[in-house]
Amino acid sequence: MAKIENIETQLSINKKFDGVFALIGLLSTFVGMLTLAALLVDLGMDGLTRISYDFFTSFPSRFASKAGILSAWVGTTLVMLVTAFTAVPMGVGAGVYLEEYAPKNWFTALIEINIANLAGVPSIVYGLMALGLFVYQFRFGQSILSAGLTLALLILPIVIVATRESVRAVPSSMREAAYALGATKWETTRDHVLPYSMGGILTGVIIALSRAIGETAPLITIGALTFIAFLPDPPITSEFPFISFRWLMSPFSVMPIQMFNWVSRPQHEFHLNAAATGLVLMLMTLAMNGVAIYFRYRFRKRIKW
Amino acid sequence: MEANQAQAGYVGQAIFARERTTGLTAQRLRERLIELAMFLCAASSIAITAGIVWVLLVESWHFFQNVSLIDFLTDTQWTVLFENPRYGIMPLVTGTLVTSGIALLVALPLGTTIAIYLSEYAGPRVREILKPILELLSAVPTVVFGYFALLFITPLLQTVLPDLPGFNMLSAGIVIGIMIIPYVSSLSEDAMKAVPVHIREGSYAMGATRFQTAIRVLIPSAFSGIASAYVLGFSRAVGETMVVAVAAGTQPNLTLNPMEGAATITAYIVQVSLGDLPHGSVAYQSIFAAGLTLMCLTLVFNIGGYMLRKRFREIY
Repeated sequence: MAKIENIETQLSINKKFDGVFALIGLLSTFVGMLTLAALLVDLGMDGLTRISYDFFTSFPSRFASKAGILSAWVGTTLVMLVTAFTAVPMGVGAGVYLEEYAPKNWFTALIEINIANLAGVPSIVYGLMALGLFVYQFRFGQSILSAGLTLALLILPIVIVATRESVRAVPSSMREAAYALGATKWETTRDHVLPYSMGGILTGVIIALSRAIGETAPLITIGALTFIAFLPDPPITSEFPFISFRWLMSPFSVMPIQMFNWVSRPQHEFHLNAAATGLVLMLMTLAMNGVAIYFRYRFRKRIKW
Repeated sequence: MEANQAQAGYVGQAIFARERTTGLTAQRLRERLIELAMFLCAASSIAITAGIVWVLLVESWHFFQNVSLIDFLTDTQWTVLFENPRYGIMPLVTGTLVTSGIALLVALPLGTTIAIYLSEYAGPRVREILKPILELLSAVPTVVFGYFALLFITPLLQTVLPDLPGFNMLSAGIVIGIMIIPYVSSLSEDAMKAVPVHIREGSYAMGATRFQTAIRVLIPSAFSGIASAYVLGFSRAVGETMVVAVAAGTQPNLTLNPMEGAATITAYIVQVSLGDLPHGSVAYQSIFAAGLTLMCLTLVFNIGGYMLRKRFREIY
């Protein structure tokens, strides 16, 4: 009799502990969320005082109250343009190749292992590689072009993995139906596989670009400027041929670097500017991630095989 | 008349056939070209790795022409930008290891607890909400986390530890730890999810609670996956740059005390890159040697993790 009671008390202790652990687990997730909330509130309290129209249309300045992020956000936009135009075709091409075309051999295996490893390489190492190759070997200089290419390589694995996952999710019956009607492999891929996997690819691309927007270290390494009071040449000109690519070679700064510059200064006024820049950056990345989550949710719901 | 028609039909067919074959060859050519282009995209990833290794090795080679490898590994001071430069990587390595160590002390327990909670306790709806929010942690730009460490966490810690200097490794490490929680938790969760249900059911049938099942059955079974989550977390922590560059200071400091400020390998690279160093100088080459050290550090831990995984791998 006593023994059974022992077991019963033991069981109830175990059960209690189980409940306590459920609470601990929930609290642990709250640590992360609390941090996010504190981060936003902290940035908001300091940063909102500085956010105004002038903040977006002024160059950085020695006077904290007059400084703005004009050159930084223009730089970020242009760098992202180069990054997107490089990483998306390359990443989607590589992903489609690996899923649809690649033969099963040692070289394909090598590419796959290599992509997995690249995702684990610290971002600053990409910066060092770009400094050695793009800036000095290829003589692109410390330019928007170098920066955009660096970030493109950095996010390439994310785009490739996202592409592969969503291409893999297209059932083979879709492909077989297209082949049966005489479509070639590329026609099948272009007209059927890619449209169906577009949602997943888009999600991956947005998440990848939101990573790239926040990247700071590799761009500092290749020599982005921390103080810049002019804009690159405009990409659209009034004379023929109306499009100019001279901005590609222009020196630049980006928003995270601007923020880093301001946060490294001792004066409190500059910290306010940093907070405002951080707030803009945070809202941009959060918005992009929100869109990505929405896309993922929507496409998952809409397509039912 | 009839024969004429037949002839015309025959000629027409022949023309049609010829057009079809030339069409086919053109099409085949296009298919081959597209495949080639996509192959090049995929193969470029290997070029990237080759580029990284090549640049790091070549520039480090130049560096070690000027600096002896023994000094590099044994000297206790790293004063590359001074008048009489000393090139001992140790202070940077200790700085890196201390900040990553603190980060792991924060991230591993929290990340593992979260993984157990999400995989064993939380219902599907709760999980659907919590997971994306947690993953936002790794989406926040790292420089914003640096700001947070320097201007929020450090003042907060200073209310408890009044002697804490403004730049210290403790707050940087804590913030990196929080930042890498999603890497640890989501990979560990995947690993636990992959453990077959019958193993869980066996444990429940013996009267074990969810907690006992998680600790005594799931973690040992999913150990190889959890270990790779830990290794990834460590790689992230070691490679993290902006948080330490902002919050831990840029002064190389050979210490294991997290209450002091110290530069890490990555913070040093950033500090040098911010200045205008002439291409080809020893200081310029030194950032590549530092980068190579960083890569070796992550490589050692990755190999260690791989061997651990191999030893404890469970196959169902």
